[in-house]
Amino acid sequence: MARSRPLPWLGPGVLAGALVPIAVIVLRGWRGDLGADPIAQALNQLGLIALVFLVAALACTPLKLLMGWTWPMRIRRELGLLGFLYASLHVSTYVGLDQRFDWAAIWADVTKRKFIFVGALAFVLLVPLAATSTAWAVRRLGFARWQRLHRLAYVATMLAAVHFYWRVKSDVREPVLYALILVALLLVRAGNRLRVRAA
Amino acid sequence: MSTPPSSEITPEPLYLRRREFIRNAALFGATAAGVGGGLVWLMGGGRVDPETAQVGDGPAPLTIARHSTLSTDELLTPYRDVTTYNNFYEFGTDKSDPAEYAHTLRTRPWSIRIDGEVAKPQDVDIDTLTGWAAIEERVYRMRCVEAWSMVIPWAGFPLADVLQRVEPTSRAKYVAFTTLLDPAEMPGQRERTLPWPYVEGLRIDEAMHPLTLLAVGLYGKALPNQNGAPLRLVVPWKYGFKGIKSIVAIRLTETQPTTTWNQLAPDEYGFYANVNPAVDHPRWSQATERRIGDLQRRPTLPFNGYAEQVAGLYTGMDLRVDF
Repeated sequence: MARSRPLPWLGPGVLAGALVPIAVIVLRGWRGDLGADPIAQALNQLGLIALVFLVAALACTPLKLLMGWTWPMRIRRELGLLGFLYASLHVSTYVGLDQRFDWAAIWADVTKRKFIFVGALAFVLLVPLAATSTAWAVRRLGFARWQRLHRLAYVATMLAAVHFYWRVKSDVREPVLYALILVALLLVRAGNRLRVRAA
Repeated sequence: MSTPPSSEITPEPLYLRRREFIRNAALFGATAAGVGGGLVWLMGGGRVDPETAQVGDGPAPLTIARHSTLSTDELLTPYRDVTTYNNFYEFGTDKSDPAEYAHTLRTRPWSIRIDGEVAKPQDVDIDTLTGWAAIEERVYRMRCVEAWSMVIPWAGFPLADVLQRVEPTSRAKYVAFTTLLDPAEMPGQRERTLPWPYVEGLRIDEAMHPLTLLAVGLYGKALPNQNGAPLRLVVPWKYGFKGIKSIVAIRLTETQPTTTWNQLAPDEYGFYANVNPAVDHPRWSQATERRIGDLQRRPTLPFNGYAEQVAGLYTGMDLRVDF
């Protein structure tokens, strides 16, 4: 009898857990438990989780390089797409609930406010990555081009961290933590590259 | 014990698959719970526990002598929101932190030092100070610099009543306020989120204006700690951060005093901090605001709707420069 593919529970388990915050936000919103400013609360929480998933997706390769783990690679695409899902919900909440589709105000925000500009840019950069996340797209683009394109994930995630940093009023510890994790992940890749070249 | 007929024995491959299925189901459940639980923990921001928050019925009722004609008749923001959605970094930077952690603050005994350019400098006990003027209820709009607003029924007395009592000298041009500095009672002060203690200031004519209030209560009861007990400033035409909380010192000065947010980010928070829809915060628009409880934004009014009473204080000034 053929054995099933390894770790069949991993992807579905991550997906089920990843959808929990959406359920929690909807439930808290329904029950009036999102605090006094529920839209701002939902907006902040969706944005934070988007950043968490983007960072997690970028951690997969460094984890393989450092620890020799291959299991994160099995969920890398899923993590990236979950980041995009939460980023989309974050942007939709801002456009639809916060600004009520007031496109003039949104345009003014995007062009005048650097923190919204970098956030919008991060989201725009994620769109082609999500669109080319299929195996078909990898074949179509060729692996080398696909890989080059997907280095944009680092740019988009760093912009998302800057977006977070510029948003807070004084306590920057949390956004700085995410930025430091990203820098560390980049250093692991850069270090590996040097080692590969030297060898 | 008899041996079961071989037809009833589960074939080995099926037996193994069943074990694998159970194992996978358990690992699936553990992964989902771990990821979901971790994310919800990162999100934070559940309901504030009313036990620790001391929201419930709130503190003891106050004797209100009169209801001010300076009040707005707009719909009040619910007590629950007023007392669980606070910016009071002395207890943490989350809006729910003050309600959760401010119970460590002891507000009696409490003494306020009033000095500087006054004829009668003194240390006055909070209960003595409260007796200096009749407590009135004033329903004011409160516009936070973060573009949300509330309508709050404060209980207090004009700052002018207190200042007149200590007789400012002719050199008194400004009033400087200081919050308690006590990291043991104010755990947020153990973090370097702001330079401590929090300090604020007003020009003397702003301080003497009849709208400027020293509040000791809200909703007819003593101030909850998270709202700045036992004594806080309320200046309804300015952004909320001017309303310094848990005041321990009031000093009249000849020169413009340092103010905390201005010190931290001078390009973002001015000394005046008058509510002004035409002057945006560098990072966000001040043109609109969300009244807590509403889902839609509403336009922000110049001087938070108090222009008729206070615009005259700023005649001849460029409010884009002196924001």
